[in-house]
Amino acid sequence: MSEQTNGSKGTWTVKAGLAQMLKGGVIMDVVNAEQARIAEEAGAVAVMALERVPADIRDQGGVARMSDPEKIVEIMESTSIPVMAKARIGHFVEAQILEALGVDYIDESEVLTPADEEHHINKHDFTVPFVCGARNLGEALRRIGEGAAMIRTKGEAGTGDVVEAVRHARAVLGEIRRVQHMPTEELMSYAKSIGAPYDLVVRTAELGRLPVVNFAAGGVATPADAALMMQLGLDGVFVGSGIFKSGNPEKRAKAIVEAVTHYQDAKILAQVSRNLGEPMVGIGISTLPDNEKLAGRGW
Amino acid sequence: MNMTIGVLALQGAFIEHIKMLAELGVDAVEVRKPEHLDDLDALIIPGGESTTIGKLARTYGLLDPLRSFTQQKPTWGTCAGLIFLAKRIGRDQPLVGAMDITVERNAFGRQVDSFEVDILIEGIGDEPFRAVFIRAPVITHADEDKGVEVLAELPEKGIVAVRQGHLLGTAFHPELTADCRLHELFVRMVEAEKSTEGA
Repeated sequence: MSEQTNGSKGTWTVKAGLAQMLKGGVIMDVVNAEQARIAEEAGAVAVMALERVPADIRDQGGVARMSDPEKIVEIMESTSIPVMAKARIGHFVEAQILEALGVDYIDESEVLTPADEEHHINKHDFTVPFVCGARNLGEALRRIGEGAAMIRTKGEAGTGDVVEAVRHARAVLGEIRRVQHMPTEELMSYAKSIGAPYDLVVRTAELGRLPVVNFAAGGVATPADAALMMQLGLDGVFVGSGIFKSGNPEKRAKAIVEAVTHYQDAKILAQVSRNLGEPMVGIGISTLPDNEKLAGRGW
Repeated sequence: MNMTIGVLALQGAFIEHIKMLAELGVDAVEVRKPEHLDDLDALIIPGGESTTIGKLARTYGLLDPLRSFTQQKPTWGTCAGLIFLAKRIGRDQPLVGAMDITVERNAFGRQVDSFEVDILIEGIGDEPFRAVFIRAPVITHADEDKGVEVLAELPEKGIVAVRQGHLLGTAFHPELTADCRLHELFVRMVEAEKSTEGA
């Protein structure tokens, strides 16, 4: 490769760097060009192009797969901000197709029906960067070990209930605080106990944070939910069904964007939370049978 | 010399800039509201999404305060920050419009075309600088008659670093590398500006 003119593409700095540029922002699920324009107008930093939002995937059941490329291209052409799309866990051919379409980030997502119940995609093989869900530090570091350049909590997508996202954020951040204070000789057996690559455990202990950007996802429905995830210590927020399944998507989208920027300013949070119309209806996690929970997918 | 540099913290990679300034021993503060600009000696506008940063700046009444700030005080925009500082970008989104340059957004293509490359930059010495371009813009025109100096160019691609008096603009992300030389250049610009004020 001619370094001087073309440069190096798909390097770790370039992949993790895009996620760094998304920090302090909101990534919104959209199903068509119209919604993508609403999201950009509201100040989203990126959109997730889908055929169905998680709440509808839950409703309709069946096998959930990568979206129709036609749909994804329509959304890519309608907006100037980055476009992400989802591939099934382990489905590296869906990921190859998404890369060929030119999407900016791939979400290897438990919201879709897994294609492999043992292995995730080897994300180092790709030029396009990946984001993956995690419930705890071990899972986050396994995904980073496979090449994920960004992590998000799994939460419980399509419910409008933030409790699982909080659980996963507290787990990851709590475990990071633990390793930070561990003597070095304890890190190896800790790495073994959480099933994480040793070098990434050491790196996390040194940094006092994940080695990549870490967003909240799965159940965020209000500006207060978004600010809660930011105050807990996450870098930004994905909102899936919470916006376009609500009564006034334009207003709610803008309010959540402002809540993420001003997450420590309760007066602004009070102001932006007013009169947003009906939130998405939501499903309480405690009423959800185990076999309908998505967060358990991924290994 | 004592100085305080603000970093616009509406969205994006502001923490990375604050860390680099800290390494140079410079106090840095986050700017989210107009009153946060008071008492600052200079400002950095970081990378992020320029549409998001512009809309939040407009909603929270920052556009006019930023326009008057950038007329007087050193300001540096990286990537989205460069777009936000430009006078012309050929599309409708909120801008500060301080630098006499035309900028094209996403000029290199989508994320799969993002890259890093060694470039030479005027004013920071002869060692190449590792420049990280992420869905980066390019400067398609710099009004040299209005005092815009070109500091770096990519062969066949265009201008990627400019200076116009007390304003600095880079299409790439020095805050994603360990190389502090551009931050040092900016700090020298702030020192020079402060010593003229004092005189």
